[in-house]
Amino acid sequence: MFSFESFIDLPLIWFLLIATAILLYILLDGFDLGVGILFPFAPSERCRDRMMNSIAPFWDGNETWLVLGGGGLFAAFPLAYSILMPALYIPVIIMLLGLVFRGVAFEFRFKAADWTRRIWDYAFHAGSLTAAFMQGAVIGAVVQGVTVEGRTFVGGAFDWLDAYSVMTGVAVVFGYALLGATWLVMKTEDETQQWARMCAAYALGYVGLFLAIVSISMPVMNPDIRALWFGLPNFYFLAPIPIASLILIVLIWRDLYRGHEIRPFLMSVGIFLTAYLGLGISLWPYVVPFEVTFREAAAAPTSQSLLLVGTVVLLPLVLAYTAYCYYLFRGKASHESAY
Amino acid sequence: MFESLDATILARIQFAFTVSFHIVFPAFTIGLASWLVVLEWRWLRTGNPVYAEVYRMWVKIFAVTFGMGVVSGVVLSFQFGTNWSVFSDRVGSVLGPLLGYEVLTAFFLEASFLGVMLFGWNRVSPKMHFAATVIVASGTLISAFWILSANSWMHTPAGFRVAEDGLMFPTDWIAVIFNPSFPYRFVHMVTAAYLTTAFTVAGIGAYYLFRQRHVKHARVMFGMAMIMAIFVAPMQLLFGDLHGLNTLAHQPAKVAAMEGLWQTGRGVPLILFGWPDEAAETTRYALEIPKLTSLILTHDPDGEVKGLKEWPRTERPPVAWVFWSFRIMVGLGMLMIATGVIAIVLYLKKRLFDTRWFQYACMALTPAGFIAVLAGWFVTEIGRQPYMVYNVLRTADSVSPVQAAPIAISLAAFLVVYTFVFGAGSYYILRLIGKGPEAQEDPYGSHGIHTPPIVTDLVSEKGGQRV
Ligand code: HDD
Ligand code: HEM
Ligand code: HEM
Repeated sequence: MFSFESFIDLPLIWFLLIATAILLYILLDGFDLGVGILFPFAPSERCRDRMMNSIAPFWDGNETWLVLGGGGLFAAFPLAYSILMPALYIPVIIMLLGLVFRGVAFEFRFKAADWTRRIWDYAFHAGSLTAAFMQGAVIGAVVQGVTVEGRTFVGGAFDWLDAYSVMTGVAVVFGYALLGATWLVMKTEDETQQWARMCAAYALGYVGLFLAIVSISMPVMNPDIRALWFGLPNFYFLAPIPIASLILIVLIWRDLYRGHEIRPFLMSVGIFLTAYLGLGISLWPYVVPFEVTFREAAAAPTSQSLLLVGTVVLLPLVLAYTAYCYYLFRGKASHESAY
Repeated sequence: MFESLDATILARIQFAFTVSFHIVFPAFTIGLASWLVVLEWRWLRTGNPVYAEVYRMWVKIFAVTFGMGVVSGVVLSFQFGTNWSVFSDRVGSVLGPLLGYEVLTAFFLEASFLGVMLFGWNRVSPKMHFAATVIVASGTLISAFWILSANSWMHTPAGFRVAEDGLMFPTDWIAVIFNPSFPYRFVHMVTAAYLTTAFTVAGIGAYYLFRQRHVKHARVMFGMAMIMAIFVAPMQLLFGDLHGLNTLAHQPAKVAAMEGLWQTGRGVPLILFGWPDEAAETTRYALEIPKLTSLILTHDPDGEVKGLKEWPRTERPPVAWVFWSFRIMVGLGMLMIATGVIAIVLYLKKRLFDTRWFQYACMALTPAGFIAVLAGWFVTEIGRQPYMVYNVLRTADSVSPVQAAPIAISLAAFLVVYTFVFGAGSYYILRLIGKGPEAQEDPYGSHGIHTPPIVTDLVSEKGGQRV
């Protein structure tokens, strides 16, 4: 039985890997969920076809990062998985049902030439919206901490639900809408693009607002986080993160009006990066805040080692052919039928 | 309202429902993907447009099915945690890496290249498109490899140790992955998927032949499906038999339940039909063939076979479910073999494509594979009760600390949503079947996204009609 335990810090590597998988999920599925959130507001049927076509080849691959995040958590930190899933039972199930609706809508919508098409338009929208909201609520619930005794969750079924998690849920909806809108600015033209610019600007305002609320409330609610961010010298090292978000917001705003096509999307990704980094720093080193650290939750070293071998070989490959697919379907989406 | 149903039962029903729903799709997509490879290969080799048209008809059905398979699968990957958190905690170190490998080696591959397969027609060369089809098909098989390895380990756990706190740790990866029942289960399941696809395709081909529509295409579908029935259905009997012998060695209680056998004995008869009565510990109204069970299981007409009474009541699986599911599966398997035999006879008489009653029979067998697959899984999974990891972890000890009410409500939600989604999916598939294969000027013709100027060509500007 091989194990790299003695050479490298396995739990730390896995913590970073899972964090990256979840981040990639948020970014990638973020824009296609965002497109779903904006879907019914589009000015015309043609627009909607274009929007759908712009993500149809990618959504499945994007969603697979969620499976990797969940499956990776199960594999590398089973204890965290087995505490968080029961704690988040209701939001996770609702999110999954949302993903079911939006996932099938891709195929069904193209097949439905008649009035049933409408059903799938709304299923796509409602599913995306619900999934995004629940993901946000999960984040809001987790940062407030989970009730644990021994190795199990001992809280109630509705512990996750409060004003704060509703707020983070809404925040993520707007965040994804921003990603979706800037994606559309990049992948569409004419009417659709103009409309997407407007949506992006609108969503951007809300994103700024919610970022401010979260950045202020987290240190207020939790003294440890306050000490972490405002203690010296940390303050000087950490201050660039919120400052970067602020600069990015201003830059996106400018770009949207100046007609840039690609930069707004990349910078929206940047906003998500800074927010994610900020969150990660606040919660470090917990996987189940504020009960179980990533070291305590780690699977057996040999298990982490086995999967690490595969990951080191396969993840670059996955990234390579994912990039190939994005490259293959580069350019502007049309409204014409799929295949 | 839910007092009579405790959380464990509800979690089991909910999991059984969602996983049974899921397997319907892989059972079809695994076979279909491989068949699409064959079709595209034939087409590239012969240039015969019939193959391309059949491919294009079925790839649409494939896409709808695959979509439903993906979304129902994503649900499952979280249910290990939501429904069986204690199980996840205990076995995470053993099963986690297997599922992780499934994602890395299979899911990404399938998901990424499915995009190329569906939308890449005119952005990639025919060779590359063929490669994408091959990759998607391999992805489905690789996925089956890992998930069945994980599942088999729960039936025949090996290569691990149990620590004091009940946590399980791997001691030998090869023993974990290639655990004793895995080779049998993998082969049996992949064959089952191929048969499921073959009989679905056969049924639809038969329908076109019956209606005298798309006859050229229907002959391809029907003919290829019959080849599968002729060669693969009998192989399944063999694989199933070997699988059963393996089960006898590791899970004898399950085999006793499959046979409806209570009393240990020699020269045990085979019970064709009967009514297992758990309270009275006997199988009523049994219709028996003398000594056959001993012969099948021990290859000796007087061999000894253990009956359920060897185990205390708390160690026995629910007998009637296992008993009946097993008969349904094997019965359908026999019908499939019979179909193959009849096909040979008709072929030799040169009547394969125009025998009306045989077309009826094949139409009737369209869902046979799905039913057999579900029945087979019911045998396997219910037969291992009351254990989740056989002889190591009980189902009742694996369940999440979630109250009954949320599980019951989510179960209801799954029922409603899945019925709706599945209904709609079936409706669209039926419409695609109704439409049938269509002639098209250039199969590598249309897609929804304009290639950027450098590679813009006329075909990409032309677009295609809505499907
Ligand atoms: C024998 C085959 C088999 C079995 C027993 C299962 N699956 Fe499955 N699964 C597949 C064969 C498959 C597949 C062929 O690879 C699918 C089906 C259709 C598809 O889209 O891929 C798939 C899809 C699929 C997906 C979506 C993958 C994606 O994003 O592309 C997930 C997360 C799972 N499955 C998870 C599970 C879990 C947790 C199972 C057990 C409880 C399970 N599957 C049983
Ligand atoms: C895909 C085809 C499958 C079907 C149709 C199926 C069916 C079922 C059914 C009917 C049950 C309920 C048994 C009972 O509670 O009496 C069950 C339980 C279960 N199955 Fe499967 N199963 C399948 C595959 C798998 C796979 C591949 C895995 C794991 C890798 C798995 C893991 C489980 C678990 C964890 C339970 C719950 C514990 C239990 O009740 O024993 N199943 N399954
Ligand atoms: C023709 C005779 C057949 C025999 C003797 C047979 C035998 C068996 C046995 C003994 C099992 C239980 C294994 C265990 O859990 O330990 C099983 C499971 C199963 N069977 Fe069959 N089978 C036959 C036909 C079929 C057919 C035609 C299909 C589907 C098209 C099928 C699909 C399945 C599936 C999906 C399972 C569950 C997965 C597994 O454990 O492999 N079987 N079969």
